[in-house]
Order: sequence, then C-alpha cells, then structure tokens
Amino acid sequence: MASNVYNLFIINKSGGLIFYKDYGSLGRLDTNDSLRLASLWHSMHAISQQLSPTLGCYGIELLEADTFDLRCFQALTGTKFFVVAEPGTQGLDSLLKNVYGLYVDYVLKNPFYEVEMPIRCELFDLSLTQLIRKDKGVIGR
Amino acid sequence: MSTGFGLMAPLLRPSDASAPNVEKVNAELFTLTYGAIVRQLLTDFEDVDEVNKQLDTMGYHIGIRLIDDFLSKSNVTRCTEFKETAEVIAKVGFKMFLGVTATVANWDADGTECSLILDDNPLVDYVELPETCQGLYYCNVLCGVIRGALEMVSMRTEVKWVRDVLHGDDTFEMRLKLLKQVPEEYPYKDDE
Repeated sequence: MASNVYNLFIINKSGGLIFYKDYGSLGRLDTNDSLRLASLWHSMHAISQQLSPTLGCYGIELLEADTFDLRCFQALTGTKFFVVAEPGTQGLDSLLKNVYGLYVDYVLKNPFYEVEMPIRCELFDLSLTQLIRKDKGVIGR
Repeated sequence: MSTGFGLMAPLLRPSDASAPNVEKVNAELFTLTYGAIVRQLLTDFEDVDEVNKQLDTMGYHIGIRLIDDFLSKSNVTRCTEFKETAEVIAKVGFKMFLGVTATVANWDADGTECSLILDDNPLVDYVELPETCQGLYYCNVLCGVIRGALEMVSMRTEVKWVRDVLHGDDTFEMRLKLLKQVPEEYPYKDDE
C-alpha cells in the first residue's frame, strides 16, 4: 500500500527549507523542486494573510486540489510544518502536531543542532518514519 | 525531595487536560548539576559579573529552544496582550519546567513592565552564597530563558533579578520589561 502522505516539509521562520522527505512512491520531488515548492508555499502563506478580509488571519492551513491536499501548521514561533498527501486524507492536522513534538524533542533538544539550520538528525528521521508508518493505518479515507 | 523538574502534568488550564505524560527528573540531580555549572563558570571566569552574563547567555540559548517545547506541550494559544503573556509564564511556564508557580505583580502604568515573584525556587535549595560571590545572581539563567523564549515569539524584553533570597531578601523577584513588540507581518513593503 502506498502511503497517504507524499512528502513532509519544514521551513524556518525566514522561509528557508530546513527539512524535506518523501514518504511514498507518488509525488517525489528532487532537491530543486522541493526547494522551489517550499519557497512558493512560504510566500503564498504570507500573501494569504494579506488577502484575508478579516483581522487576525495567520495564513492558509489547508489547500485542497484535485490531485493532492496540502496541510500546513505554523507554530507560534514562525516555523512551518506542512505535508502533501493524497486528496481527502484525514488526520493530517494531528499528524503535524505530532511532527512538531518530534521536532522539539529530537531536533531542538539536540545540543549539536544549530537553530534555524537544515535538520540532519538521525533520531528525528527515524521517529518520523515510525510516526508516519503508524499513522498509515489510522489516517486515510 | 522528589518533585519533578521535567514537565509536570497536569497543567493549569482546562485546555491542557490532554497534556502528555511528561517525564520527570530527579530534583537533586537537577540542582546539583546546575550548581556544578555555576561553580565551573566561577572557576573559568573568576569574575562574578562575567558569570552573571554567561548564565544569562546560556539561559537565552535554552530559551530559544525551550519555547517550542512549551508551545507544543502546553496547548496554550496566542496571547492577546503582554499581561496575558506574563500570567502564562508565571502559571504555566514555571509550573511546567520548574514545578513551581510565580505571582505576577507590580505592573507599571503602561502595562509593559511587571514582576514575577517566586516564593519557592528549587534551584537554590542547598545554596548559600560565600562572601566572595555577593554580586552573583545565582539564578540568572532563568532571566535568560525567559528573554530567549519571548524573543522567539516576537517580544524583545529585558529581564533581571531585583530581589534574591541569597542576597538576604525575603523572596525572589524578577523584573520583566517589554522593550519592543516586533510585528509578525511580512517585513517587506510593496515597493521594495
């Protein structure tokens, strides 16, 4: 079974892509495309705040398209986590909250990780893979 | 003493009912480790003011990482004003990471400066300052933590101790001053 989640991105508060990974056979991106998508999303997210007719909008949370869903969670510190998944995938918001938890534990608490820099933490990779594999059975249609 | 220092559930707000089972850490290990760090800094820098500065900087680096831990585990939402921020630090933040709560008091007229008063401070459980260290703010790391954490959520602050039991005062009082609220909006103007 192919995973419902295609890819996961993390962008720092200034819009730099600090983590990218594919989780399925579909929708895989090469380095250039992942960087391009991340910076596009960062800008669109910012523009969407300006578009809002009401006050207190903090940007797009869900983008639904015919071939994919993009779900975004922005922490209050400005770091954005977003996944691209099969259309109609449920539970992506809680998945992102869990990713945030793993980021806190295995990235930020790693004393050798430099804040705002690309994430190269094996433990983080490992626990993410576990999380997404575990979720495979739970999320989806 | 076995009260934990790690993250202590349950937290205070109803919305925190789902707070995760956070791990606790032996309190003695924590206070002794902190004590050892302060001693080492004193040995390395041989100057109390410099040690105060170093502790603050260390706290700052902890704070900029810890804020996300706090946000992800506490389920608190965006604060609407600085007064709310101070309350959240005092009641949720201190509780989560130190296992005690602080009281917010002495607001100035603009609502940008207040005191956090700690009656119980587990960092100093076994500490007596020697004559040579009278200028040392032993818990200065906490000021740095708060400054660093608030900076990550767009608030520049100045945080310092004004009363310290180790200096003979009756309680611990930290002064928290909001210098500038950096707006979160996209920092570019249309014509740039």
